Amino acid sequence: MSLIRLEKRAAPSRTLAGLTPILAVIATMIAGGIMFAFLGFQPLEAIRTIFWDPLFDPQFGPYSRPQLLVKAGPLILIATGLALGFKAGIWNIGAEGQYIMGAVVGGGVGLAFYPSESGLIFPLMVLAGALGGWAWAMIPATLKTVFGTNEILVSLMLVYVAENILASVSSGLLRNPDGQGFPGSRNLARDYPAASNPELIANTGMHWGVVAAFIAVIFAYVLMTRHKMGFAIRLAGDAPRAARFAGVSPSRLILFCLGTAGALAGLAGLFEVTGPAGQITIDFNSGYGFTAIIVAFLGRLHPIGILFAGLLMALTYIGGELAQLMLGMPAAAIQLFQGMLLFFLLAMDVFANYRVRIGTPEVTT
Amino acid sequence: MADAYLAIEGLTKAYPGVVANDDVSFDIMPGQVHALLGENGAGKSTLVKMIYGLVKPDSGTMRVNGELYEPATPHAARASGVAMVFQHFSLFDALDVAENIALGMDNPPPMRELAARITEVSHAYGLPLDPARRVGDLSAGERQRVEIIRCLLQNPKLLIMDEPTSVLTPQEVDILFETLRKLSEEGTAILYISHKLDEIRALCEEATVLRLGKVVGECDPREKSARELAEMMVGETLHTPEREAGETGEVLLEVTKLSLAPANQFGTRLKEVSFTLRAGEVLGIAGVAGNGQDELLAALSGERRTAADAVRLKGDGIGRLGPNARRSRGLLAAPEERLGHAAAPEMSLTENALLTGDIREKLSKNGFVGWKKAREFAARVIEAFDVRTPGTETAAGALSGGNLQKFVIGREILQRPDVFVVNQPTWGVDASAAAAIRQAILDLSARGAGVVVISQDLDELMEISDNFAALNEGTLAPPRPAKGLTVDEIGLMMGGAHDMDVAHPEEAHV
Repeated sequence: MSLIRLEKRAAPSRTLAGLTPILAVIATMIAGGIMFAFLGFQPLEAIRTIFWDPLFDPQFGPYSRPQLLVKAGPLILIATGLALGFKAGIWNIGAEGQYIMGAVVGGGVGLAFYPSESGLIFPLMVLAGALGGWAWAMIPATLKTVFGTNEILVSLMLVYVAENILASVSSGLLRNPDGQGFPGSRNLARDYPAASNPELIANTGMHWGVVAAFIAVIFAYVLMTRHKMGFAIRLAGDAPRAARFAGVSPSRLILFCLGTAGALAGLAGLFEVTGPAGQITIDFNSGYGFTAIIVAFLGRLHPIGILFAGLLMALTYIGGELAQLMLGMPAAAIQLFQGMLLFFLLAMDVFANYRVRIGTPEVTT
Repeated sequence: MADAYLAIEGLTKAYPGVVANDDVSFDIMPGQVHALLGENGAGKSTLVKMIYGLVKPDSGTMRVNGELYEPATPHAARASGVAMVFQHFSLFDALDVAENIALGMDNPPPMRELAARITEVSHAYGLPLDPARRVGDLSAGERQRVEIIRCLLQNPKLLIMDEPTSVLTPQEVDILFETLRKLSEEGTAILYISHKLDEIRALCEEATVLRLGKVVGECDPREKSARELAEMMVGETLHTPEREAGETGEVLLEVTKLSLAPANQFGTRLKEVSFTLRAGEVLGIAGVAGNGQDELLAALSGERRTAADAVRLKGDGIGRLGPNARRSRGLLAAPEERLGHAAAPEMSLTENALLTGDIREKLSKNGFVGWKKAREFAARVIEAFDVRTPGTETAAGALSGGNLQKFVIGREILQRPDVFVVNQPTWGVDASAAAAIRQAILDLSARGAGVVVISQDLDELMEISDNFAALNEGTLAPPRPAKGLTVDEIGLMMGGAHDMDVAHPEEAHV
């Protein structure tokens, strides 16, 4: 019989719940360092390259610092939406698909008006992008409310459908007519000023998507702490039966949470394709929709937490690229490192809910 | 004493933050029916688990027939002649009676032999049971028989029964008591745990009263009144609810031929339930658990919708309205399950106050929550119902059962309902809190509200009801005035002994 046991706490420890993200980051650095050592890299150098150099290295800093916001923006935007559903126990795993569809629909609307110079084009594209993501999320939402299907499976499957639609339009419907037959749309950022999402302040990486992310964080914060809808979301997550007793309609909640998450993911896609990515290509999406799931949990499903988690995650992305470039580290090692972060976070959660006891076990009924 | 079967001496067991048993000593004589009395959290379960080998005491000794007894496992306890019937059954629905009994035995004999012995033992003790029946088809009372016979087959010298009557109708209780008396005459000691004081007075010869882990008294329960026993348990003078007999007024709630399919396969179908409730009236609805109580509450609270006219409030059909629309019209409810249904365990009391108080207490404006008002409302509930909690920001799950129940009931009553529906208002609540809750229900009806109390506790219903009805497999026996009803009549309204005999017709469980 094991001598170490877990004993459930009467109430989760609030101190530990707040500390777990920090402990998880430390544990990731330790375990990641060991992994790097086994791969034949200097652990400390590798960790420094990932966490320190992107921001403070005199040579790389100026290039990679703006990237922090560029990468964190979509992650925060998507994760903020996902967290609403996760709080309520609604598991939208298909943000990647909603992100793609936002980019395709929003970008498509813009391209339809090429080469208009109207100032209304960009706002229209933003709306269309949100709508595209929303509509894509409405598929699992409607199927769940009407037929009781599992939103995890449906939303995830729709990612692959969206990827195929993306592959189809980027080499078909939306392909650049002046592109000598290469797949991919016109470059919205470079060749279509009315549709571009430029850097707002030079060398900061700040673009409209980052602004939208900050606004979304504030809105989500107010919604969750002050509004009845936020209360309903938290209630449904904590005690679904109590939520029904309180008069919360599960269907309305599903439509709201999936719809909001879809719209925000769609926005992220639109801002990406009009700015940092520039054009709709078969692989413009770099997995933000999936990484955002990690960000949402790393941020404890709390809007402010997500803000920091998004920045941290972006840092590991940039640092990871730097490590690949400078140390020749394999991409898989970086992904493993990022995966460890989520693993340790969830593992640390155990300690917030349970306390470790050492001694002989007792059987209780 | 030398002749005691089980002698417990200075048994102590501490858990982090709480001493569950503190220097507990008492003796059980052979053939004695010994009651273990105490409120929830008094340490009864821990004590029994130590006797049954589930928990190891920190200090103290137990002796069986003078020999040191230190069971490390229930297996060892059974080998020493100690058997236990748990409050919650551990039976497999898909297996038949004999198979279930074989699973719980240390050395089961061949099936055919076992079946013969089950029939023999079950008849000998007046608990007829067909070994070939599937457990899934048995009533709660019959399932308990399976557990008891499983114990009896091992020829125990001490039988521990943990709250055995909570699932039984009065007739079934009588059958059980006959069996226990017979066992006791044959020399089997019985340790009987219950908080139903009348039962203990009817059955037991000796009672040990526990409070906060300590033995606070030993007595012969037959010589004490139920009130004296309760006061020993609680350690304070009990306030008996007083009924201010009021005139009942106009009809507030009218339920007509309410039928409702079960929400899941384990639910019960409501079949044409009808009753009326007048202002100032307390209608008690009895029934063994699982006979449609949850479904009835859901249909009245608005969690389940029905035909509009099946439920009428002050003349208006409200069957299609949701919980909040019903709240705004004055119909409030408190479900049985405190954690997860009436309250959200991880949320604070303030948030739980908002859970049902939003509409009538106007705690939000334009969709935005007024947390200050919600906090004030929670504080009012805590104050008015003497909820013991560090404050309004404590999580509901951190409160003891009785305190949370006071909060849940108080939250509804402070909203001045016209009609209040409550399921199991005092389930698992200590005696003083139960008395306070019953008094609050009576006060509410005295102010002109109509109250429906669904409960399994017959004493409670007889104490506070004007009219009495019973749910049996989804059918409501028509309400009758509570005054003058005999226990036999009540039992028959609840479905009698569930026709518990071997030649059980199968139609009831389809």
